[in-house]
Amino acid sequence: METKTLKKEVANTDKTIRISGAEAVIRSLLEEGVDLIYGYPGGAIMPIYDELYKFQDKLHHVLTRHEQGAAHAAQGYARVSGRIGVAMATSGPGATNLVTGIADAQIDSTPMVCITGQVARHLLGSDAFQETDIVGISTPVTKWSYQITNASEIPEVIAKAFYISKSGRPGPVLIDITKNAQFEEFDFCYKKCNGIRSYKPVPVVNKEKLQEAASIINSAKKPFIVFGQGVILGNAEEELKTFIEKTGIPAAWTILGLSALPTDHPLNVGMVGMHGNYAPNLLTNECDVLIALGMRFDDRVTGDLNTYAKQAKVLHFEIDPAEIDKNVKTEVAILGNVKESLAQIIPLVNEKKHESWHEEFKKKRDIEFEKVIKKDLYPEKEGLTMGEVLKEINNATGDDAIIVSDVGQHQMFACRYAKFKRSKSNVTSGGLGTMGFALPASIGAKMGAPDREVVAVIGDGGYQMTIQELGTIFQTKVPVKIVVLNNNFLGMVRQWQQLFFDKRYASTELTNPDFITIAKGYHIKAKQVKKREELVNAVNEMIASKEAYFLEVCVEKEDNVFPMIPTGSSVSDIRLS
Amino acid sequence: MEEKKTFTISVYSENNVGLLNRISGIFLKRHINIESLNVSSSEIDHVSRFVIVIYATEDWTKRIVKQIEKQIEVIKAFYHTDEETIYQETALFKIESHLLFDERQIQNIIKESNSQIVTVSRNFFVISKSGRRNEIEELYDQLKPYGIMQFVRSARISVSKEEMQISTMLKQFQEQE
Ligand SMILES: Cc1ncc(C[n+]2csc(CCOP(=O)(O)OP(=O)(O)O)c2C)c(N)n1
Repeated sequence: METKTLKKEVANTDKTIRISGAEAVIRSLLEEGVDLIYGYPGGAIMPIYDELYKFQDKLHHVLTRHEQGAAHAAQGYARVSGRIGVAMATSGPGATNLVTGIADAQIDSTPMVCITGQVARHLLGSDAFQETDIVGISTPVTKWSYQITNASEIPEVIAKAFYISKSGRPGPVLIDITKNAQFEEFDFCYKKCNGIRSYKPVPVVNKEKLQEAASIINSAKKPFIVFGQGVILGNAEEELKTFIEKTGIPAAWTILGLSALPTDHPLNVGMVGMHGNYAPNLLTNECDVLIALGMRFDDRVTGDLNTYAKQAKVLHFEIDPAEIDKNVKTEVAILGNVKESLAQIIPLVNEKKHESWHEEFKKKRDIEFEKVIKKDLYPEKEGLTMGEVLKEINNATGDDAIIVSDVGQHQMFACRYAKFKRSKSNVTSGGLGTMGFALPASIGAKMGAPDREVVAVIGDGGYQMTIQELGTIFQTKVPVKIVVLNNNFLGMVRQWQQLFFDKRYASTELTNPDFITIAKGYHIKAKQVKKREELVNAVNEMIASKEAYFLEVCVEKEDNVFPMIPTGSSVSDIRLS
Repeated sequence: MEEKKTFTISVYSENNVGLLNRISGIFLKRHINIESLNVSSSEIDHVSRFVIVIYATEDWTKRIVKQIEKQIEVIKAFYHTDEETIYQETALFKIESHLLFDERQIQNIIKESNSQIVTVSRNFFVISKSGRRNEIEELYDQLKPYGIMQFVRSARISVSKEEMQISTMLKQFQEQE
């Protein structure tokens, strides 16, 4: 990094102190306001851990049981707090174990800074003990990555990392620091980064485009909004609410947009996508104007692009220019932070009600209720459903918990049925669909929002991918509530096998251990529920617990999640059974 | 399907280690073959310029350019068709020395093709030729019958006919600071 610009970025600091690179890492993190790190030590990062020991009153380190756990915990922390999550690992296997979490953070735009140790500079490229090219490995899944080989680079690179991670469309950044750089002494001074000449994080909102968009919205007969995580990342919840209330436009959310608008808001019409609601999916192909706010037309949302919203004029509000026209051609693209662009368009749009258009949503919602929701939430058959567990969690928490879900059927049930009053309350692995995400992410979520109830909803499959993090929960005493919905199957895959592979259940049945004993082995209170009569009390007891609590609910083995848009099908072909 | 064409992508970037990996990854992910790649310094101090030639549809080229621009160290990326650029490649031909004297025709070929003799030694001589791809190919075909000991062709370098406003952009940034 021998460019002139970087030199200039730190030029005007005044105070310097002579310290080691390792201490510089800690001091830089403190300068960025970090007080919590997740990680796992090892040879190549020991100097930094040694400094952590000295600074432990200022910088709290949580030892997870696996580096993947550290990365997911940092993500959970970032997603609920809006701050940057920090994860740390040693070189080689430590670093590669972070990669799943990094990839997950990249696709879900989660701000995260990962620090990895690396072998000493003179050993680089020699296949030294625990050497891996983590910068090379992580390049395609980071927003930025950089290897530091001498101590003097540490402050400016860390400052840059924090700036890049959080600004514009957020994402993970990885900094790899060779061991010699951790030992070397240099004159440390710190200056925050607030600009990089080659990087324009937020495009400027174009006033003419806003006018154009406003006039299209004002003349629309059946306008429809789909909002995504951009609203949450941009802190644009209030603007979203004002905008839809003024224009009367029905608004649906993507899985990562969930909780940006309260569930019971009258203009909230549900979730779009593969397992989204019937009305918003179907009516995507009937609206005349489709307003996309901070969402990226993921293929799980659009289904077959050739048949997606072809009749509609698409207005795309987006911070990342590379998303414009990537999947869906727009009529008007409004680049910028959605908070700013919404604030500017609100005065330009007319007050409307769109009553008959809302009626269409209501009719379709009633159909979905009869055919799907009733069975999920008020089942008459004996086996417990995932939906009713979610309903009881809502009841016990007054619709105000942070729900962290893993990946599979239970995730779709959680997103469909969990109710939210506040933003940043839904934490799930959307873009990567990473099983094993929820348990460690719930640890981070609870630490990022200690005053809130955090409930992890996990399948029996995904739970066993990071089950060792029960050890982290035990050691840190973080009071998360863990609900495993046990169907003795890799349920979502089994559902596909049932529907598309003639019920050939290849390797999806799980013979599970005694989860209660395992939880108790980690000294975590635990209970198992098999019958409907026991459910309400068990959920209430769990929520009332001041400590961590594990609840296993044995649910119907072969339930399916509907509605469903099979991969590659049109949103109009959404199936109710 | 939109028709495929040759596009020249120009990327102005900070001169940082690792950027080539990031940029080539963007093509790799989409299974787009890089026909030619050249990295050099540009008209601006400390700013590198990549010249990348691909054969793709304009739609894909546009998307790729956006992805490239998204990389932190990239200052700006542009794409142009062949008609919109002045471009050249350079080739070197190594040929046995005695042919230069034994085969009169070779001297004519060198003259007519506007190529240059770079060096002559006891065993071989080297001709260099700069020009468009077809001109180099033509020369290759002419020399082939006499025996070419070694042949190498460089990546494409190109400048656009119209201005790329990169300097103004950088100036603006400097003023903002
Ligand atoms: C790391 C990882 N491996 C595989 C998959 C593919 N996959 C998606 S859902 C699923 C089944 C999940 O089963 P379980 O955790 O029991 O939850 P359920 O669907 O039964 O609710 C699998 C295997 C994945 N998403 N992530």
